[in-house]
Amino acid sequence: LKKSTVDEESFEKIEEILIEGDVGVKPSLELVEKLRKTAREQRITDSEQLKQVLKEEILKILETGDNKLKNVARTPLVILVVGVNGVGKTTTIGKLAYYFKQQGKQVLLAAGDTFRAAAIEQLEIWGNRVGCQVIKQKEGSDPAAVAFDAVKAAIARKIDVLIIDTAGRLHTKTNLMEELRKVKRVVERELPGAPDEVLLVLDATTGQNAFSQVEYFNKALDLTGLVLTKLDGTAKGGVIIGIKSSYQIPIKFIGVGEKMDDLRPFDPQEFVEALFAS
Amino acid sequence: MVFENLSNKFQEVFKKLKGKGKLTEEDVNLALREVRIALLEADVNFQVVKDFIAKVKEKAVGHEVLESLTPGQQVIKIVHEELINLMGKTNAKLNDAGSPPTIIMLVGLQGAGKTTTAAKLAHFLKKQGKKPLLVAADIYRPAAIKQLQVLGDAIDVPVFTMGEQSPVDIAKASINFAKSNLKNYVIIDTAGRLHINEELMDELKKIKEEVSPHEILLVVDAMTGQDAVNVAKSFNEELGLTGVILTKLDGDTKGGAALSVKAVTGCPIKFAGMGEKIENLEPFYPDRMASRILGM
Ligand SMILES: Nc1nc2c(ncn2[C@@H]2O[C@H](COP(=O)(O)OP(=O)(O)OP(=O)(O)O)[C@@H](O)[C@H]2O)c(=O)[nH]1
Ligand SMILES: Nc1nc2c(ncn2[C@@H]2O[C@H](COP(=O)(O)OP(=O)(O)OP(=O)(O)O)[C@@H](O)[C@H]2O)c(=O)[nH]1
Ligand SMILES: [K+]
Ligand SMILES: [Mg+2]
Ligand SMILES: [Mg+2]
Repeated sequence: LKKSTVDEESFEKIEEILIEGDVGVKPSLELVEKLRKTAREQRITDSEQLKQVLKEEILKILETGDNKLKNVARTPLVILVVGVNGVGKTTTIGKLAYYFKQQGKQVLLAAGDTFRAAAIEQLEIWGNRVGCQVIKQKEGSDPAAVAFDAVKAAIARKIDVLIIDTAGRLHTKTNLMEELRKVKRVVERELPGAPDEVLLVLDATTGQNAFSQVEYFNKALDLTGLVLTKLDGTAKGGVIIGIKSSYQIPIKFIGVGEKMDDLRPFDPQEFVEALFAS
Repeated sequence: MVFENLSNKFQEVFKKLKGKGKLTEEDVNLALREVRIALLEADVNFQVVKDFIAKVKEKAVGHEVLESLTPGQQVIKIVHEELINLMGKTNAKLNDAGSPPTIIMLVGLQGAGKTTTAAKLAHFLKKQGKKPLLVAADIYRPAAIKQLQVLGDAIDVPVFTMGEQSPVDIAKASINFAKSNLKNYVIIDTAGRLHINEELMDELKKIKEEVSPHEILLVVDAMTGQDAVNVAKSFNEELGLTGVILTKLDGDTKGGAALSVKAVTGCPIKFAGMGEKIENLEPFYPDRMASRILGM
């Protein structure tokens, strides 16, 4: 086994891995600076060991906080799912519904995307697949009204988990963000303490814009967790490292495909290994 | 003024050098370091940035810059020009078939915006008096066919569907339908797929063989990060792309993926998606994109 020694090139190579994994320039440079210091202090000479130290540094960031879904005493548990266009919200909801069904829970879905063409039909197909009901109104109706109906129905039907879909929207569109706040307010009013989870779905292929997405959605809605989708491709999703250290919002699930069982709990160890795998 | 941020950073860099007389290669390096960071922060691919910086440096170490009274401005000018060169100077138009119909196929990753863009393109062509046909060849995504039908209805453009039969058969049949119904543009919406999914990439190749499209356009989400090069490279190698459409530019993304995709495929970016509505499609302008990527 050939050991490679640590030199300037080792640090440059690591910087490259981080930046190519979408970690971002600033976070990458910071991590590498810290690594240089550690390497000096601990007299690290083997470049594999150098990587190991960095992996642990990143793990520390990703492992803080609770990556599990909230456990609440009352039912229904209410989950509001938000995010920019096309990241995988509706699909994630289908997968989440399946996840809860597997645990023997009664699930209800709310078709809160009343804007996008055939968004309601898409959610209904997921409802059929998984075997749960969908509360809907017609296209173009007020999403807050759908949420209102859904909370009422979930309580009346003694549902365990209610998951509310919302239309994709860019975080910079103030009126659309206000619409989401209204959805949240209506849910809060009908069921104090709810929504228990406000999950922002991030697409792993997204670059540095994910920061801005988290910033705006968090400001508007107080996010409780992130879901990172499309990790079955070649994108690494490294941007969540900087996001996690800036916002402390836990990553609760990852999406690894388009099927209903393609949802996994977030495993920091696996994530970090994948970031460094070529 | 465009390039304001970068100009400010440059001023700081060059202020330190004031009174030093001529600039050295070292000084140019210092300035280009700022450019490198700006590009990486805009999500331009690491390797693409590397090549770009090397090219700019070559030009910038020429005498004009080193001896110029405003060397900062000179470097910025070179950066700007090189960016535009890289993205393809002028706005590129759609290819046109010698004999109709012109066949356009939209491909790309999941959720990039293909179906929406298909309808936008149809609307764009219809406004020019063309007779487009939309083709629903995504049989996988839940309600994908319905989605295209709703959009087609909204703009009064017919949508060719054959349920969940093979997308290759659907595409083939749609061309005959277009010919007998005097449609001069056929826009084929395909399912989102990963570039590493061989089976689904094969399906696209078969469609290509069957219908010989005049345009195979890769639809790319403008928020895409470093992975844009892998995606574009694979799709291009498998299919031979003719162009790119960048979507979701209505947000605050810098859109460095534009540069990455152009650099690895050589294909022109033909349109920009500027919103969810059907009329939100614009021709792509490389100069505007250059300013945007640099955060101006
Ligand atoms: N490969 C892969 N594809 C996914 C994953 N999650 C979702 N998708 C696909 O991404 C596309 C968009 O998913 P949707 O669930 O419709 O996304 P959305 O956020 O609800 O989209 P809008 O409602 O239009 O904003 C679909 O083709 C999904 O099948 C994933 O984890 N991996
Ligand atoms: N803001 C904005 N949203 C867009 C734009 N283009 C598409 N979208 C939205 O992005 C989401 C995904 O668009 P689709 O057209 O369904 O994407 P797709 O590539 O067909 O998705 P799949 O078929 O699942 O692979 C939808 O919510 C669209 O409304 C754009 O230019 N700006
Ligand atoms: K996307
Ligand atoms: Mg959706
Ligand atoms: Mg589609």
